[in-house]
Amino acid sequence: MQWSDFLAALTFQAGYNSALVALGALLLGLAAGGTGTFVFLRKRALVSDAVSHATLPGVGLAFLLMVALGGEGRWLPGLILGSALSAALGLVLVQAMVSRTRLSEDAAIGAVLSVFFGLGIVLLTVIQTMASGRQAGLESFLLGSTAGMLRSEAVTIAVAAAVAALLLFAFRRPMTLVAFDPGYAAARGTAVNRVDLGIMGLALIVTVIGLKVVGLILIVAMLIIPPVIARFWTDRVDAMVLIAAAVGGVSGWVGTAISASAADMPTGPIIVLVAFGLFVLSLLLSPARGVLASALRYRRFQERVHRRQGLLAMARAEPIHDRLTLRVLRRAGLIRADGVATEAGRAAVAAAALDEARWAHVRRTDPGDPVLERYDGLTALDDLLTRDQLSDIDRAMPGPGIA
Amino acid sequence: MMTAELIARDGRLITTPQAEDAALTVRGLTVSYGAKPAVFSVDATFPAGSMTAIVGPNGAGKSTFLKGLLGIETPLSGEVRVFGRTMGRARRDIAYVPQRASVDWDFPARVIDVVEMGLYGELGLLRFVTRGHREKAMAALDRVGMADFAERQIGQLSGGQQQRVFLARALAQEARIYLLDEPFAGVDAATERAIVEVLRLLRAEGRTVVAVHHDLSTVGDYFDRVLLLNVRRIAEGALAEAFTPQNLQAAYGGRLAATQIDELRLGAG
Repeated sequence: MQWSDFLAALTFQAGYNSALVALGALLLGLAAGGTGTFVFLRKRALVSDAVSHATLPGVGLAFLLMVALGGEGRWLPGLILGSALSAALGLVLVQAMVSRTRLSEDAAIGAVLSVFFGLGIVLLTVIQTMASGRQAGLESFLLGSTAGMLRSEAVTIAVAAAVAALLLFAFRRPMTLVAFDPGYAAARGTAVNRVDLGIMGLALIVTVIGLKVVGLILIVAMLIIPPVIARFWTDRVDAMVLIAAAVGGVSGWVGTAISASAADMPTGPIIVLVAFGLFVLSLLLSPARGVLASALRYRRFQERVHRRQGLLAMARAEPIHDRLTLRVLRRAGLIRADGVATEAGRAAVAAAALDEARWAHVRRTDPGDPVLERYDGLTALDDLLTRDQLSDIDRAMPGPGIA
Repeated sequence: MMTAELIARDGRLITTPQAEDAALTVRGLTVSYGAKPAVFSVDATFPAGSMTAIVGPNGAGKSTFLKGLLGIETPLSGEVRVFGRTMGRARRDIAYVPQRASVDWDFPARVIDVVEMGLYGELGLLRFVTRGHREKAMAALDRVGMADFAERQIGQLSGGQQQRVFLARALAQEARIYLLDEPFAGVDAATERAIVEVLRLLRAEGRTVVAVHHDLSTVGDYFDRVLLLNVRRIAEGALAEAFTPQNLQAAYGGRLAATQIDELRLGAG
C-alpha cells in the first residue's frame, strides 16, 4: 500500500472512479449508522444479519432470470431488486417463526441465515459454471469491492441515503418510543409491529445498497458498530443518530481509501476494521463509559474509602496496616513517613470523628430523617445540612467524651 | 350500547350493571398466552373518579388484564369501552404506567426525554418540542418531586425515582384515566407516599385511577374500590362489599393464612 495513493484516495483525487466509490461508501456509512442506531436500540442486530445473508439467493436468482430472458445478467438494478425481495422474505420468515411457533428468535435467525446463505452459495456456484457467469463478479457481493462503481450506482446510494435520512427524521419519535418501551407505545396506540417492520425495512434498504461496496457478510457491522461507538459518547438518542451516522461515514470513506490504494484488499472487511479502530478508541477514551475513565473513577473512589477508614482508625487510635491506606494518608500529608499524624492529619481525624458522631446522633434521635438515606460512609453531613442545622446537632449532642 | 346487554355467568343470565358515569367498562375479557387463559372472561366497571386496586395472587393475571384491555396483548375475546367509546377512539383518554422493570434503563435518554414521551401524541411526528411542551413536562416532573432531576441520565436513577419518572410521563399526557401496573413495587417509602399523594390528587380532579397492587395491607388506606382477580373475576366493588375475608380466601385460596386476613382492616366480616 502506498501512502501517497491512500492520501489521494482520501482526498477524492485518485481518479473519477475511486472518488465515486469513496463518496458512495461515505453516504452508505451515513445511512447505515443512522438506521443502525434504531436497530441497535431495539436489540435487533442479529435480525439484520439474517436479513443481509438472505439477500444472496435473490442476487443469484435475479441473475439467472435476467440471463434466461436474454438480457444482461449483471444489470445492477435487477440484482438489487432480487436481493431486496429475498431479504424481505427472510425477514418475514424470521418474524413468522417467532410469532407463530415456539421457536426463539435466535433459533429462527440461525435457521433463516444459514439456509438462505447456503442456497445463495449453491446458486452462485451454478452461475460460475455458466459461460455468462464467469465474469459476472457476483462474488464481490459477499465481501464488497471498490472496483468499478458506476455513476448511476453512486446516485442510487445517494438517493437511498437521503430517503433513509428523511424517514429517520420523520419517524424518530415512534421508533424511539418502541425501542425504549414497547408496552407503553402500544398502550398509546402505536402499531409496534409496523414500527418494527419499518426499522427493519430501513435496515434492508441500507443492506441492498451496501451490497456492492461492503458485501452482505459484513454489512451488519456497518449497522451496529457505529451506534455502539456513538453510545460511548452520548446519552441521547438524537445525538446518537448523528454521531453514528458520522462514524459510519468516516469508516466508509477511510476504509475505501485504504482498500483502493492497496492491491486486492477486500473493501468490506477494511471498512469494518476502520470502524473497529474507532470502537477501540471509544472504549478506552469515552469520559462517561470508557474503560480508562471508569478505572480512574474506581481508583479515586477506593482512595476516598481508604482515606476515611484510615482517619476513623486513627480517631480510635488503632494501628493501620493496610498499605494503600498508609500511602493515601501519606500522600495527602496527613501522616509522616513514620506513621505519626501531622497537624493537618490531626485536624482531619477530628473532623472525621465529629462527622461520624453527628451521623450517629441523628440516627439515634431522628431515625426518620431523610438525610439518613444519603449516608454512604463517605459523605460528610457538612455537605448535606446547613450550618444552622449542624450547630443544632452539635448543641444537642452529648460531650465528646461519650462519643 | 348501554341497553339490555345480557351476559351469562354461572349459568344464569344477568343484566350488566352499566353505570352511566363509568369511565371504563370491560366485558368478557379473555387473554391467553397459549392454550391456558391467563385472564378468563372478566367483567369490570370502573366508575369515573374512583380509585381501584386490582388485587390477586401471583400469576392471577392482574398485569395481563391491564395489557389485554389496553390491547398491548391481543385479547381472545372481550369488549372495552372508554366513556362509552371504543378503545381505538379513546386512546388519548388513557395514560398507562408500565412496570418499572419492563424497560432497559440504560437506554440513552435523560429524565426530561422520557417525560416528553408523554407528549408524543400531542407532538405528532414532525412538530418540534417548544417551550410550552418543555414547561408541561417540567410541571409533570414537579408533581412527582423530580424537577431537579430533569437533566439526569435515566440509568442513574434509583428504583423509586424511575417509578416517579414513569408516573410523570403519564401525568404529562393529561389523561382522564390512569392505569398503573404495580406502581409501588420495590420503591422506597418516600416514593410510595409521593405516588399515593399524586394519585389522590388525580382522583380529586375527577380522574379515574386503576392500579395493580400487591400489598394487601395498604389497599384499605389507598383505594376506595377493589377488583379481586384470579384468572376469573372473584369480586369487584367498593371496599366494604368486595374486600372481604371470604372473597380474599376465594382469590388466594390456601396461599393466604387466616391470620394474615385477620390483620387487614377489612370492610366487612
